[in-house]
Amino acid sequence: MGLLSDPSRRRALSQLITRLNTPLCIMSYIVGLAWFFGLSFQPFTLRTYISENAMGSTMVEEQFMHGDRALSYAREFAGFKKKMGGMPVAWLEKTMRTLGLEVYTQSFTRILPFPDETTERYMVKGTNVYGILRAPRAASTESLVLSVPCSEGDSNSQALGLMLALASYFRGQIYWAKDIIFLVNEYDLIGMEAWLEAYHNVNITGMKSSVMMGRAGAIQAAVSLEISSDVITSLDIAVEGLNGQLPNLDMVNLFSAFCQKNGLLCTIQGKLPRGDWDSFSTYLHSLETTMLMVLKQGSGRPQGDHGLFLRYHIEAITMRGINSFRQYKYDMSTIGKTLEGMFRKLNNLLERLHQSYFFYLLPSLSRFVSIGMYMPAFGCLILILVLKSLDLWMKLTKSESVEEDGVTDTEQESKPGNGILSLVAPVVICHATGLSLYYLPIMGQHLATEHFPVSESEAVVLTVIAIYVAGLALPHNTHRVLTGAGTERGWMMLKLISLLYLAVQLGCIVLINFSLGFLLAVTMVPVAAAVQPVGPRVLYAVLLIVVTPATTLFFSIFLYKELNEYPLSVLECWQLFLQAIAGGMLDHYLYGSIVFPFIAFFVYPCWLQLWNIVFWK
Amino acid sequence: MAAVRLLGLVSSVCLVLLRPGGSSEGEGKRPGGVGDWAAEGFRVPQFPEVGDGLREELVIAPLQSGDVAATFQFRTRWDSELLRKKVSHYRLFPKALGQVISKYSVQELHLSFTHGFWRSRSWGHPFLQAPAGAELWVWFQDSVSNVDQTWKELTNILSGIFCASLNFIDSTNTVTPTASFKPLGLSNVTDHRLLRYAILPREIVCTENLTPWKKLLPCGSRAGLAVLLKAERLFHSSYHSQAVHIRPVCRDAQCLSVSWELRQTLTVVFDMFSTGQGRRDWSLFKMFTRTGLEACPLASQSKIYVDLSSKDQENKLFDVSPPPTSVQEVSFQGDRRQYAIFDLQDRELFNSSRNLNIMLKWKGLQEKGEPLAPVLYTERYISGYGLQKGELNTVVYNHHLYRAFPIIFMETVPWYLRLYVHTLVITTKGKENKPSYIHYQPAKDRLQPHLLEMLIQLPANSATKITVQFERALLKWTEYPPDPNHGFYVSPSTVSALIPSVIGMKTDSMEERPLFTTLFPSSDDSSYFVRLYTEPLLVNLPTPDFSMPYNVICLTCTVVAVGYGSFYNLLTRTFQREEPRTGGLARRLANTIRKLRGVPPL
Repeated sequence: MGLLSDPSRRRALSQLITRLNTPLCIMSYIVGLAWFFGLSFQPFTLRTYISENAMGSTMVEEQFMHGDRALSYAREFAGFKKKMGGMPVAWLEKTMRTLGLEVYTQSFTRILPFPDETTERYMVKGTNVYGILRAPRAASTESLVLSVPCSEGDSNSQALGLMLALASYFRGQIYWAKDIIFLVNEYDLIGMEAWLEAYHNVNITGMKSSVMMGRAGAIQAAVSLEISSDVITSLDIAVEGLNGQLPNLDMVNLFSAFCQKNGLLCTIQGKLPRGDWDSFSTYLHSLETTMLMVLKQGSGRPQGDHGLFLRYHIEAITMRGINSFRQYKYDMSTIGKTLEGMFRKLNNLLERLHQSYFFYLLPSLSRFVSIGMYMPAFGCLILILVLKSLDLWMKLTKSESVEEDGVTDTEQESKPGNGILSLVAPVVICHATGLSLYYLPIMGQHLATEHFPVSESEAVVLTVIAIYVAGLALPHNTHRVLTGAGTERGWMMLKLISLLYLAVQLGCIVLINFSLGFLLAVTMVPVAAAVQPVGPRVLYAVLLIVVTPATTLFFSIFLYKELNEYPLSVLECWQLFLQAIAGGMLDHYLYGSIVFPFIAFFVYPCWLQLWNIVFWK
Repeated sequence: MAAVRLLGLVSSVCLVLLRPGGSSEGEGKRPGGVGDWAAEGFRVPQFPEVGDGLREELVIAPLQSGDVAATFQFRTRWDSELLRKKVSHYRLFPKALGQVISKYSVQELHLSFTHGFWRSRSWGHPFLQAPAGAELWVWFQDSVSNVDQTWKELTNILSGIFCASLNFIDSTNTVTPTASFKPLGLSNVTDHRLLRYAILPREIVCTENLTPWKKLLPCGSRAGLAVLLKAERLFHSSYHSQAVHIRPVCRDAQCLSVSWELRQTLTVVFDMFSTGQGRRDWSLFKMFTRTGLEACPLASQSKIYVDLSSKDQENKLFDVSPPPTSVQEVSFQGDRRQYAIFDLQDRELFNSSRNLNIMLKWKGLQEKGEPLAPVLYTERYISGYGLQKGELNTVVYNHHLYRAFPIIFMETVPWYLRLYVHTLVITTKGKENKPSYIHYQPAKDRLQPHLLEMLIQLPANSATKITVQFERALLKWTEYPPDPNHGFYVSPSTVSALIPSVIGMKTDSMEERPLFTTLFPSSDDSSYFVRLYTEPLLVNLPTPDFSMPYNVICLTCTVVAVGYGSFYNLLTRTFQREEPRTGGLARRLANTIRKLRGVPPL
C-alpha cells in the first residue's frame, strides 16, 4: 500500500488509469470473455468424482427386475386416469396401501395472479398422494423422496408405474435406514410447491392447502422421475433449480456413476458425452452444453420438479427418460436398477450431502468447472466498471480542484451539494418506473380487459412491454425537473453512480445465480462503460437498446433454440418472448423466483439511468 | 377462581399418577408355583425368609396394520428390605442391580433402550411405550444429599452394566420434571427434586445391550420364554424396545412391608409384510425361528397370551392353533380384550406335540382400509427453512368422541435451540387453548436444556397444536461432533394422559391379572393412564465448512493483516507534501551545525 500513500506514485497510478482507461477496459473485457469460453475446453476442466465417502464405490448389487410389473401398473394407471379424467386419487391410495405403505393425501388450491395460457391454468385445484415407507428400527428422523409428477394427458404414466414397482420392491427390503416417501404430485410444479410448503409448514406463495398428516423427518435428498415411454434410449438429468440453485455435485456424480454401471446412456442438456477432447468440434460441443446450462440457469426457472426442493436444502435432481430414434433401447428393469442403486447409496448417507461443490458449471457429465474457476471471468467484466468509475471519480475531483483555484468562494459552496441533489430526481424517477413495472401489470389487468379486447394474460404481458418502452421516453420529460442539469459534472456524477450501482447489483446476483449475473454483465457492462452524452449519441442509444434486459431475453431465447438445434423464425421467437415474460412473472408469483423483481427493481432502473445519460441535455 | 380450579385439576392428575394402588398387587401367598426342582435346589434353610418369585409372560398381539407385536415381561419380586439392612445373599434378583439400588439409595429406576419408533397411529397404544434411543429416569430416596452427584455416578455405573453410552448423560440433557413423571411404585416421596430424567435420542441399541439385559434374568436365555430372544430375529424387526423397571411394591394386601420388584420388558414388532410377502399369518417359529418352549424352572408362572380381540367382534377373523389352555377376558386400556392363554406349566399343552408352535391363521383375505386411529396420538415436526430460525410443532390428537381429558405435555429442548417462549401458541379447533399449568425452566448455554411442562385440556374429537419458535445457535467450532452435517437431535417430548375409558375396569382381582396390565397404577375405574412419546427430531445447525479450516485461517489472517492494516493506515493518516531533499551530505552537515547554533536550518 505504499503505492497509494506515496503521492508521486499515486499520481502515476491515477495517470495510468485515466490515460490507459479505454485499452484497459477493452483488454479486461476480452480476457473475461476468453476466460469464459476457455472454461469449456477440456484440458482446463476437472474430472468429476464422488467426494462423499458414504457413497464411495458402487458396491451394492441391484436386484430390481420387475420392469413388467412397472409397465402393468403404468397401463392400469393410464386406464384409470382416462376414466377419471384426472388423477385417480382413490386408485393410487388403494394401490399404495396394498403395497404396504402409509398413505396420505394433501389437497391444495391456488388461484394464479393471471391465467397461464401455455398450460391453460387459472384456478388450480389438485391433490397430492404420497405413501411413506417406514424404515424398520428407525425413528423417522430422516427420509428420501421419489416423486413423479402426474401431468396432463398420457405422459408420465410409465414413471408412475416404475415408482410403484420400486415401492413394492423396496418395501420387502430390510436395509432401509431412512424413510422413503413416494410422492405423486398433481399439476407439476404447483403441486410440488404445495406439498413442500405443507411439509415444512410454511406459506410463501399464498397457496391454500389442507393440513398435512404424515411426515417423515428431515428430507435428505430427492429424485424426480419423468418417463413417458415403455422403453427409453437415454436418461437425461436436469439440475438447474429455482433461482439457478444447483444440487450438490455429488447428486450428479451419483447419477452418472449408476448410469455407467448399468450401461445406460446418460446425457446432460440433451447432449451426449464425447470421449475425444482434442478436436475443435468436441470443444464446440462442450461449449454448447455449457451455454445451454448458463441459459437455463440464468432463467431462474426450475428445470424440473426437483428445482423447488433446493430452497429447503434438499439435494434433488430430475431424471428424464428420452425415447429417440436410436437403435439400442433400455427397458424399465434397467432404469429401476439404476434408481435402486441410487437410493441405496443415498440411504447409506450419514450426513447431508455437503462434501462436493454447490456452485459449478457442467461442460459434460464427466467434467465440471467449479466456482473458483469461473468467477475470474466475471471478475474481469466487473473490473471494467471499477476502472471506469475510478476514471470518472478522478476526473470529477480534478475538475473540482481546478474550479477551486479559479472560481470565487460563493459559487464553490453551492456546487457540490447541488451536484448530488440534482441527481436525486432522475434516480427516483427511474426507480418509480421500475416499481410501476412490477406492480401495475397485475393490478391493472382487470382494467385493461374491460377497455381493450385482450385476455388477462395478454393484458399483463402487453402492459409490461408498454411500461418498459414508455420508460424510454423519460429523459425528455425528466430534464425539466432537473435544476442542475446540463452541466458536464451532472452526467458524470450520474454515470459514476450508475456504474457503481450496476457493479453492486451484478456482484450480488452473481453470488446467487452466476449465469444470470454473467449474461447481464456480458451485455450491459461494455455499453454502460461507453455511454456519454457527447459523441455518436445515436449509436450509443442503439447499443443501449440492444443490451437492455428485454432484448437480452429475446436473444437468449433465440440462442437457446439455436443450441437445441431447433431454429426459429423471428415471429416464433417473438411468441416465445411473450410467453417467457408471462412465465417469468408466474415463476415469481407461484414459486418465488427472484428474476422478475430483480430486473424490475434494480436492473431496469439502472439501465434507465444510463439511458438518461445518453439524452443528457 | 379459575386458576384455583385448574390447579386443582393438576393436583388431581398428579394424585392419580401418584397413588400406588395398582402396585399393591400382592401375590397372596409365597411363590407356591415355583417348580419343585427350584424349591429343592435353591431354598437354603438358613434364610427361610427369602421370598422371591419370578413370573414370565409373553403377549402376542396382531396389530391392525398387519404387523405383530410381541411383548415379553419378566417380573422378579423380592421380599427384602434392600435399603434398610445390608443384604449379601441374592437368589433370583440380580446382584448387580441390587447393589446399585442400595449403594445409590434408589427409590425407583426406569431404563429403556429402544430402536425404532412405536407408531401409535397405525399400531394403537402399546403396553408401555419408550422413546427412540435410551431413556433413564430415577427417583432417589430422600436420604440422598447430593442428587446430581449420585445421578452422575449412577449413570456411569449403569452405562457399564448395560454396555450403553449412558455416560453421555450430563447436565445438558438431564431435567427434573415437576409433573410428568411420578413414582410408579410404593412411595412417600413426591418432592420432584429427587427425580432425574434424561433421554439420549441418538443411542443405538444392538446385541451388546441385549446380552447384559438377558443376563439379569434368573434363567438367562437357556430356559423359559427367554429362549425366544435370539438377537438375529429381534433386530430383524420394525421396533425393538427393552426396558428395566425397578420399584418398591407392597408385600401383601395389608401393605405393611415392602418388596422390590424388577420388571424386565422387551417389546418387538415384526413386520409381517416384508417377512411374510404380504401374508399376515404368523407362528412362533416364523417370528423367532425357535420352538421347543418350556417354562423356566424357577418361574412361578409362565404364560403366553394371544390377543384375540379385533375390530370386528361378531365373527372371528382368525384361528389359533393349538387350542389354548383357556380364554380370558381382560380389561385393559379402557377396553375389554380377549386373550387366549397358553400356560407353559400345564403338561397338557405339550401332549399333542413336542414343540409348542402357536400359529395364527387369518380367515380369508382382509381388505386393508385406513387404520383406525387410537384415542390419543401425537405428531411432531420442525417447520420452516433456512438455518436461522425454525418452529417446533407438536400436534396432539384426541379421538375420543365425546370426552375431553387433560394431558401433561413435557418438552426438553437442548440449549443450542434458543426457544422464543413468547411465541408459544396452543391452538385447538382454531381457538387459543390456555394451558392451566406451565412450568418453564430456561436453558443455560452449555449447562442445562429447556424444560417446558404444561397441563393442557384436550376437547373431545380435536387436534391441538403446540408451536414454539426457536433460533439456532452458532456453536463454537470445537463443539461440533464429527458429523456436524448430520444434524442435532431433539429428544422426544412426552404426553402423559389419563384417558377416559369406555368400560369400567375391575380392580379387585389384581392377583389374577396378567403382568402387562399392572405396570401403571390405576385405581380409578373410569380412566386409564397412557404415556406417549413423540418422534425425535433432527435439526440442522449452521455449520462451518470444516474441510478447509487451514486455508480459511491463512486467508483471513493474510487479508486482515495486509488489507485492513494498510487501509486503516491510509484512511487515518494525513498526507503532507514533502519538499524534495536537495543537497547532499554538506547541506545536512551545515544544518546540523545550524541546529546546534540555534539558527533555523537552510
